[in-house]
Amino acid sequence: MNHLTQENIVVEMRGITKRFPGIIANDNIQLKVKKGEIHALLGENGAGKSTLMNVLFGLYQPEEGDILINGQKVNITSPNVANELGIGMVHQHFMLVEPFTVTENIVLGKEPKKGMSIDIAKAAKDVENLSKQYGLMVDPHAKIEDISVGMQQRVEILKTLYRGAEIIIFDEPTAVLTPQEIHELIEIMHNLVKEGKTIILITHKLKEIMAVCDSVTIIRRGKTIDTLSVANTNPDELAAKMVGREVNFHVEKTEAKPKEVILSVQNVTAMGNRGVNALKGISLDVRAGEILGIAGVDGNGQSELIEVLTGLRKSQGGTIKLRDKDITNKLPREISESGLSNIPEDRHKRGLVLDFTMSENMVLETYFHKEFNKGGFLDYNAIESHAAKLIQEFDVRTPSIHTPARALSGGNQQKAIIAREVHKDPELLIAAQPTRGLDVGAIEFIHKRLVEQRDKGKAVLLVSFELDEILNVSDRIAVIYEGQIVGIVDPKQTNEQELGLMMAGSKRTQGGTSVE
Amino acid sequence: MNKVIGIFTKDSFLVPLVAILLGLICGAIAMLAGGFDPILAYQSLLEKVFGDVYNFGETIRQITPLIFTGLSVAFAFRTGLFNIGAEGQLVIGMIASVYAGVVFDLPPGIHAVVALLIGGIAGGLWGAFVGWLKATRGVHEVITSIMMNWIALYFANWVLQTFLVPEGQQRSENIKDSAVLTIGWLSQMFDSARLHWGTAIALLGAVAFFVILWKTKTGFELRAVGLNPHASEYAGMNVNRNVVKAMFIGGLFAGLGGACEVLGVFHYQAVMAALPGYGFDGIAVALIGGNTPFGVVLGAILFGILTFGATGMKFGAGVPVELIRVVIASVIFFVAAHGIVRLFLKPVLNRKKKEAV
Amino acid sequence: MKKVFSVLSVATLSLSLALAGCGKAEQPNQAGGNAEQGQAGGEQKKIRVGMVTDVGGVNDNSFNQSAWEGLTKLKNDTGHEVQYIQSAGDADYVPNLNQFVKDKWDLTWGIGFIMGDHLKQVAEQNPDAKLAIIDAEVQAPNVESVLFKEQEGAFLVGVVAAEMTKTGKVGFVGGMDIPVISRFEAGFIAGVKAAKPEVQVVPIYTGAFDKPDLGKSTASTLYGQGADIVFHAAGATGDGVFNEAKDRKAKGENVWVIGVDKDQSLTFGKEITLTSMMKRVDEAVYRVSKDYAEGKFEGGKIVRLGLAENGVGLPETSKDTVPAEVLKKVDEFKEKIIKGEITVPEAPEKK
Repeated sequence: MNHLTQENIVVEMRGITKRFPGIIANDNIQLKVKKGEIHALLGENGAGKSTLMNVLFGLYQPEEGDILINGQKVNITSPNVANELGIGMVHQHFMLVEPFTVTENIVLGKEPKKGMSIDIAKAAKDVENLSKQYGLMVDPHAKIEDISVGMQQRVEILKTLYRGAEIIIFDEPTAVLTPQEIHELIEIMHNLVKEGKTIILITHKLKEIMAVCDSVTIIRRGKTIDTLSVANTNPDELAAKMVGREVNFHVEKTEAKPKEVILSVQNVTAMGNRGVNALKGISLDVRAGEILGIAGVDGNGQSELIEVLTGLRKSQGGTIKLRDKDITNKLPREISESGLSNIPEDRHKRGLVLDFTMSENMVLETYFHKEFNKGGFLDYNAIESHAAKLIQEFDVRTPSIHTPARALSGGNQQKAIIAREVHKDPELLIAAQPTRGLDVGAIEFIHKRLVEQRDKGKAVLLVSFELDEILNVSDRIAVIYEGQIVGIVDPKQTNEQELGLMMAGSKRTQGGTSVE
Repeated sequence: MNKVIGIFTKDSFLVPLVAILLGLICGAIAMLAGGFDPILAYQSLLEKVFGDVYNFGETIRQITPLIFTGLSVAFAFRTGLFNIGAEGQLVIGMIASVYAGVVFDLPPGIHAVVALLIGGIAGGLWGAFVGWLKATRGVHEVITSIMMNWIALYFANWVLQTFLVPEGQQRSENIKDSAVLTIGWLSQMFDSARLHWGTAIALLGAVAFFVILWKTKTGFELRAVGLNPHASEYAGMNVNRNVVKAMFIGGLFAGLGGACEVLGVFHYQAVMAALPGYGFDGIAVALIGGNTPFGVVLGAILFGILTFGATGMKFGAGVPVELIRVVIASVIFFVAAHGIVRLFLKPVLNRKKKEAV
Repeated sequence: MKKVFSVLSVATLSLSLALAGCGKAEQPNQAGGNAEQGQAGGEQKKIRVGMVTDVGGVNDNSFNQSAWEGLTKLKNDTGHEVQYIQSAGDADYVPNLNQFVKDKWDLTWGIGFIMGDHLKQVAEQNPDAKLAIIDAEVQAPNVESVLFKEQEGAFLVGVVAAEMTKTGKVGFVGGMDIPVISRFEAGFIAGVKAAKPEVQVVPIYTGAFDKPDLGKSTASTLYGQGADIVFHAAGATGDGVFNEAKDRKAKGENVWVIGVDKDQSLTFGKEITLTSMMKRVDEAVYRVSKDYAEGKFEGGKIVRLGLAENGVGLPETSKDTVPAEVLKKVDEFKEKIIKGEITVPEAPEKK
């Protein structure tokens, strides 16, 4: 680390300690970032990365430690101070005014004035120049509500640039993006560095680090573990340092022994939210003892398929059978009681009632069963012991069963959902994006559980946008494109390139048309 | 004992308490500005309420409908709905039970219970209609429940004038003695203050509120739908039916409140020129009470004491009655703007935090 | 009954506020007032008189205000202690009346028809207390009821309207359809018909005493139908009648309003106020209270104040807007009513 000489260190954080009631989020953390580099901050969910960056951005005040910007000791008491020091932050959840235009959002709070009024023409010109300089390509006059998530992120980046940021913090920037948009974001980051900016990237995705970063600082449970140069490391080493043990990327599993058909979908059609056909006569079978992976680019009917299967969306035609029972257009509860479990795509929206306690969440679909429901009154003793059992069995880290689900990390929330769904002992388990936003430790756990269900003779339907996941976990892969299955392949006899082509409709090149 | 202290230093308890204190201080400042003696004023307020049995009894009478409407608003709120319509549901409860009280002919006691239930159910249906409109037509319940308040007012007046008001009068006949909810002996003990069974029913209502929401299957569904309709739908609950059910139960509380006013306090209903205001105060009561049944009872007690004691303030210290509304408004303001309260509490909370670490 | 028909005057407003605010501070003055007390006949003791208003309160442009003016005058003239409580709703009447009664005030007023039953209940529960009420009949040995023969005053303004109309059509705007307001209507119609039987009277009830917007639209209907004079007995709703008349006057239409309860020309101006049917609630409250102080309280009595007692009538200012010959005719009818040659009906004929 002796290449980090004092002159080119732009950010130095020394011995930062930040406590919250009950936990130490940052424990004597050290961080040094060189000028003009992309520096990754790697750690599991809840390791303290975001806390550290919020300290740097002035949102939190540390109890101990010093911050040096360009070698000068500073006291960052608020985001305004951070802005003045040239620090900008692109938050995971965008802070934009939706009905305003791109320009208005960017200049908000720092508007160029002409007399008493805002000089919008000048502002738009400034925005256009900035956007050209860094290759951001944003229409300055578009309204935020009309542009894609990727574009909104660019507006956030422009906001920091407009305020003269030299050091830009990205908080999990790829979590909300499509693969194509991720690709473009990486491009933008390179441009920024070329123009002399310094980037700190908060992430838990090893791939991203390997692709764009120069160096990486690993944080585990609030402590600095190591700082490495990306050129001299590999994903296995990073994963091990992040999780604290060896992580197996390869999903260990035996050969599948598929048996009878559990789920049979025949020629199902359904409308999407925009009134066009999202499912155009889709057909597929899932057998007991196998994991069928559905690969596809987001927006090709995956969400609609799951909604039709679970009873949340009406199908216009076709039949769905679970074993021999016709579950086409039945109510969600009837389908669920017939032996179908679902790990929903959006765990905050569909999976959990965040303000319910863990024990209440654990019976969200089964509270009316005889074991919990005594003549209209709920037996909370039974509910609580049930929850305690599941939480232990699935290693959900929660302070107590009375803790609201909101207080748990994403990984633990997902584990709780899986515990609940698996415990129902379903014939068919649907897992939609089960590892989205999770760190490698949690991903490993979840994949193991899916395989375990398969080995118990259950049918598993896995829907994912992550090709790695599909290839690693599935026994068969069905590729979905524009509401139809365009092909079924054996994961052992295919590769990302072939899948990518199929996902793009076989003939067309990948990313030729992006949605919206 | 530590547990007790724990409850009293909990944020959820401390914040409203400090908000109330700040509200009283704001009122005091307003009084000083008007040239009155705030200490004397508050002293007279308390004297009015606790000074003699009659006024104490009447304060309880004042508190009772506020518990009902507070529960009504809080219950809906717990299920994700904002019930501005407690006012109208109360009025409908009044008219329905006065109708039953005047027209029906039933044995004593049974008559009262029947009239009470009819009032409660009428209020409930009035609320459920708002829920139904939301569930089937997607109309926001705030809009409909506000409009339903006025419909309730004029509908009640129409019913009164068409069926119940004798020629040349402005009010209905008295309800039959068999339908009266007044507790005679208690009233005697309190020097003829109008005490009635409604107070006990209101307290039972608070208990029922707790039991329904936190102990039953129905309550589980109602809360889940209120907190996250998407997850509830996914978990197989019928979101629309729960919206209607929640508004029915909310309306039921308000309707019972109206019924108790008529059967316990007035024994008749007068043609109303304006809405009685209990429902709107109920919103504030629910807010101060943090939408918990116990909190609502405390909030109603506070509201009842302040409004009833205001007359005492006027007599004892010459403070205009309207000034009590300044106090009440400030209390609501500080409860709503709890950020400000936390600012005042910062030193206290920080010390607690340090002890915890 | 918030249907009082008086109009807010800034002077009385500030006065009553000051009095309300300084109830305590005034006590030394009362001691100072002992000097005048002597003239009332030596040993007469200071009495305390309280009144309970309805939700309108003492600044309601209405008869709560008029009643309070009466008590204020009592205090200024005699030094007796006076106080009022405003009710926030129906449930407040009983405890508010009791506030005075239980505190052993000498005389407690209930202002308005609607308080009748409540006052009766309090009177029965406290047989030693003395109470009085405006506009309602309460049969109790310790209550004096004061009512007005509104029909007699309304008769006279009816005569004015009949004489002054150019279109042969006049309107009446009532608040709620209750006995008091019916007396206004009945008297008005009788007066019009007595003077000029061919003049047509169109009565409309708005159903509210506190809705100026409704008053305005009702007046618009009446003027639109060809009435050129409108008599209102609708409290604050009547403010809208004046408003509509003012608008029409500005457009050159020759329309008039007849005010109620107080001399409303003082508030709304002589350009549109033809005359007013004054109802002297202040006088009544003043007189009964003063009688009480002088030991002349008559429990159980029901007083009806009409033209003979000066309880109702036209204001002096009418001579500026109404020609002398019309006023002369009015005086003739007044004589006849006082002498009993004409009996004015209390309720309009049923259609």
